[in-house]
Amino acid sequence: MSLFNVFNIAGSAMTSQSQRLNVVASNLANADSTTSSTGQPYRAKQVVFSAQRMGTADATGVKVKEVVEDQTAPRLVYDPKHPLADAKGYVAMPNVNVIEEMVNMMSASRSYQTNVDAMNAAKSLLQKTLSIGQ
Amino acid sequence: MIGKLDQMMQFNEAALSLRGQRQQVLASNMANADTPNYKARDIDFGQALQGAMQRSSGGTPGNAAALVTTATNHLSAGGRSSTGLSAPLMYRMPQQGSIDGNTVEMDTERNQFADNAIRYEAGLTFISSQIKGLLSAIQS
Repeated sequence: MSLFNVFNIAGSAMTSQSQRLNVVASNLANADSTTSSTGQPYRAKQVVFSAQRMGTADATGVKVKEVVEDQTAPRLVYDPKHPLADAKGYVAMPNVNVIEEMVNMMSASRSYQTNVDAMNAAKSLLQKTLSIGQ
Repeated sequence: MIGKLDQMMQFNEAALSLRGQRQQVLASNMANADTPNYKARDIDFGQALQGAMQRSSGGTPGNAAALVTTATNHLSAGGRSSTGLSAPLMYRMPQQGSIDGNTVEMDTERNQFADNAIRYEAGLTFISSQIKGLLSAIQS
């Protein structure tokens, strides 16, 4: 029955938004990580969403296609006393823009809440459908 | 005799089925509010219901947008729900442009979602009262 698909659609959106929130949390946590296991400074990550058909043409869910790294150059901060400073005294800091990440976080939370509402609405409609004629 | 019962409930059944389908489409729009290049879709409910009633009464389909499929490999436009009613999916006109090509506006979608949910409940009430009417006729 068509209303059951709403659970799948809203569920896929909630999964994708929570992945996005995970990525935002990683970026915020590593906003000052000058090095990582690869020896390079941390690069900000972003998720790429893509629409995903679920069953009929009416039902389009969403999934995370890939997690890409931001390719802008790392920020150079002048700090000659830092152990990782290069020959000129600059340290490469991660290219995380904290303001953008906060906006991303707010947007992801709102989307998540909206999809939870959609799922609750579908659930109450289905429950009412079960009591037809009573 | 069973045919007459079917006929009596046919309109409400078709309406309810289409409302459920529309609920799916609106939920898809809300789920894809952040997907780049996703275009918001919707069903024109009045037209779709008319088309469904004309199809089921055996008349000529009033829905000119339905694709005629003459070979097995032809795809059909619009979604086919489990009851076989196919309502043509149309695109919603966005009020504001956006950089990433996404035309979903959350306020419109939430509005339509709430509206559709109430009308679905109204459809349920109509069917319930039809059944109760029949039952009271049987029992009196």
